[in-house]
Amino acid sequence: MGLFSKFIAKIKGTNDFSPADWAELEQELLASDLGPTLTNNFLEAAKKVKSDNAELALIEILTSNLSKNSHEPVLVAGTTTIMVVGVNGTGKTTSVAKLASYYKKSGKSVVLAAGDTFRAAAVDQLKTWGSQIGVLVVSGKDNGDPASVAFDGAKNAHESASDIFIIDTAGRLHNKNDLMAELSKVKRVVEKVSPINEVLLVIDATTGQNGLQQAKIFTQCVEVTGIVLTKLDGSAKGGVALAIEAELGIPIKWVGTGESESDFALFDAQSYIKGLLS
Amino acid sequence: MFESLTSRFGGAFSSLRSRGKISSSDIETTCEEIRQALLESDVALSVVEEFIEDIRKKSLDALPTLQSGSNQANAIFEIVNASLIAILGGQARRVRFAKNPPTVIMLAGLQGAGKTTLAGKLAKFYADQGNTPLLIASDLQRPNAVTQLQVVGESVNVPVFAPELGNGQGDPVKVAKAGIEFAKSKQYNMVIVDTAGRLGVDKELMKQASDIRDAVNPDEILFVVDAMMGQDAVRTSQAFLDGVGFDGVVLTKLDGDARGGAALSIASMTKRPIMFASTGEKLHEFDIFYPERMASRILGLGDVATLAEQAKKAFDTDTSAKLEAKFASGEDFTLEDFLEQLQAMSKMGNMSKILGMLPGAGQMKKQIENFDEGEIIRTKAIVQSMTPAERREPKLLNGSRRARIAMGSGRKVSDVNNLVDRFSAAQKMMKQVRNGGMPAGMPPGMAMPAMPKVTKPNNKKKSKSGNPAKRALEQGL
Repeated sequence: MGLFSKFIAKIKGTNDFSPADWAELEQELLASDLGPTLTNNFLEAAKKVKSDNAELALIEILTSNLSKNSHEPVLVAGTTTIMVVGVNGTGKTTSVAKLASYYKKSGKSVVLAAGDTFRAAAVDQLKTWGSQIGVLVVSGKDNGDPASVAFDGAKNAHESASDIFIIDTAGRLHNKNDLMAELSKVKRVVEKVSPINEVLLVIDATTGQNGLQQAKIFTQCVEVTGIVLTKLDGSAKGGVALAIEAELGIPIKWVGTGESESDFALFDAQSYIKGLLS
Repeated sequence: MFESLTSRFGGAFSSLRSRGKISSSDIETTCEEIRQALLESDVALSVVEEFIEDIRKKSLDALPTLQSGSNQANAIFEIVNASLIAILGGQARRVRFAKNPPTVIMLAGLQGAGKTTLAGKLAKFYADQGNTPLLIASDLQRPNAVTQLQVVGESVNVPVFAPELGNGQGDPVKVAKAGIEFAKSKQYNMVIVDTAGRLGVDKELMKQASDIRDAVNPDEILFVVDAMMGQDAVRTSQAFLDGVGFDGVVLTKLDGDARGGAALSIASMTKRPIMFASTGEKLHEFDIFYPERMASRILGLGDVATLAEQAKKAFDTDTSAKLEAKFASGEDFTLEDFLEQLQAMSKMGNMSKILGMLPGAGQMKKQIENFDEGEIIRTKAIVQSMTPAERREPKLLNGSRRARIAMGSGRKVSDVNNLVDRFSAAQKMMKQVRNGGMPAGMPPGMAMPAMPKVTKPNNKKKSKSGNPAKRALEQGL
C-alpha cells in the first residue's frame, strides 16, 4: 500500500496521525523531490484538513500548486514553431522525436531542425529518428552555427507550409552565460522567419532542486512556455516540476515515460499528483 | 559548483562566528540551519539526519574543552569539515590496475548521466599517462550512441571497438566479450566499456548490464551519476548496487550550479568512493575527485589545491623558467611574454571557473558569473595583430601602427591604446619591484586582462586630428 493510501486510511479511521507518521510523510514528500518549501507548506495545510473526504482534500492541496496557465500545447494556424531546450542529458533529442511522432500520427506535417551541432553524433541521432518516423530533418555541419540550421529549417517549414516545425538544441548548463546567449540568438534568428510559438524546457524527472534554477534561468533567456518531464518511468517522481509550476507558473505539457517514440503523453494532472504520493 | 550549498553553510557559520561564546543552543541552531541547507541541496533525509546527529554529538562533546579557546566557531567548523570529508569518501582512491592487463573499466548509469562522454574523458586521462586504452561500444540501445563514441574516440585519439552499429541491433554482451579478446590480442593495457543507460527499475536492462559484467569481469565498475540528480539518487544507486554492483562513483556535470547533494547521499548510502569528477563538456575537463577539496568547496574555503595544479599544468616549466631568468637578468617584460601568459591562462580554462576556486569566491558569485571571458580573447587578438618587433618594443607603436592593429584585431584604437597604457604601467611597476627589491607576487601580466575596461567618452573634441589613430579615436571607430 502506498503511503498516500495509508495516510488516507488513517485520516478516515481514527483521525489520529502520530508524529512518526508525519515524519514518514515528510520523508516521502522530500523523496519525491518536492523540496523542503513545498513539503512544509503541504504538511501545514494537511494538518488542518478536517474534511470527510480527506483524499480529495489532500489532492486538492497539491493540485492548488499547479500553474494557472494552460497545460495544453500551443497550436496556431499555419506553422507552429516549437523550440526544445534544456541542460545536457535530459532527453531533448528523444523528446523532439517523440513530439514529431505524436504530431505525425495526428495527421500533421512535421519538419525538424537538428540544432544540436555540438554533441558528437547528435545530428545523426535525430536523423535516425527522423527516418524512423518519416519526417524531414534539416541539418547543417557538425560544430556549425545552430542558429543558421534553425533558420534554414524555419524557411523550409514555411515554404513547404508544414504544420509543425520543431527545433532541437544542444544541451547546455544554465550557468554558462555564453551558451545561454547562443540560445537567445537561435530564437532571435528563427523569429526573423516566424515567431516561436512554444519553448519547451526538458526536465529530467530524476533532477533535484536544481531543476528550479534551470527553469528560472532558461525562462529569463528564452521565455519557456512549457515543461516536458522525461524519464518518469523510473523510480523518480519528478516532484521538482511541481515546484516549478508553483514558483514560476510554467505548466508541464508533456510527459516522457520510456525510450520508444510512443512512450509520450500529454500531461495529466491527476495521475502526476497521485504519482508523487504513490 | 555547490555555490548555493556553500552560501548556506557560509550563513550558518558567520552567525556562529558572531557569537562571543558558543552555547549548546547555538549548536542546535547551527545544526538546524545546516539541516535545511542539506535538504535544499537534495541530500536524502536519512543521510541528513545521520550527518546532523554526528556533528551535533561531536560539537557538544567538544564544547566543554573549547570554553577557553578564542575561536570556538572555527573548531565547530573543523568538525563539520571533517565529517563532510568522511562522508565524501575520505582519501581519494585511484583505479586498481589489473595484474594481467588489460585493466577493464565498465561504466554504468542512468540515461543522460554522461557515460559516453565520460568514456572519452577517461580514455584521454589514462592515455595521457602513457596507457593504451581501447573503448568498447556496448551501448547498442540509444540511437547513434556508437557513432557518438566513435567521434569521441577519434577526438582523443583512442581506438574504438565497435563491430555493431547499434540503434537497437546487436548483442552488447558479445560485443563486450569480443572487445576484451581484441584488446588482449592487440595488447591494449586498458579497456573502457561503455554501456547503455538504464533505469534502476528496468529489470531486463539491469540483467543485460550484469551479463556484460560477467562477460568482461571488470576490475572497476564505475557508476556514473549526474550531479544535478535529486532524491532518487539513493534509490537508483541502491538498485545499481544490487543489480550490477559498482566499485566507485563518477560525478558528472559538476560545472553546473547543482548543489550536489546526490554526491553526499550516494557516498554515504553505498559506502563507495567518488573517484572522478567531470567538470565540463570538453574532453579534458575531468579530474580525480578529491574529497577534502570538495568539502572545502562546499564550506566556501575555496579550492586552491586544484587551482595550483591547473596553473602548473598550464604554465609549463619552460615558460616559467624563461620568464624568471628574464626578470632576474633585468630584461624587459615584453608583450610577447604577455601573450604567452594569456595563452597559458586560456589553457587553464574558463576564467569564471578559475576565479570560483579562490577562497571567498562564494561571496563574489555574481561578479564571477559576469566575468567577460571574451576580454582575454580580445586582448589576445590585439597583441596577435602586432608584429613581433612591436611586441618586443612597444615604443614602436605610433599612431598609424595602432590604427593598423585596431583594424587587424577588429577592436577600436582606444582599446589598443588602453592595452598599451596598462602594459607600460605594468612594465614600469616590474622595474620598480626589481630595483626596490619588493617581493614579487603574481606574474605581472596575470591581473591585466581582468582589469575593468575604461571607456573614455570620445565626444570631447570636434576638430579632426592629423594623427590617424587619434582621428579614429575621435570618430569612435
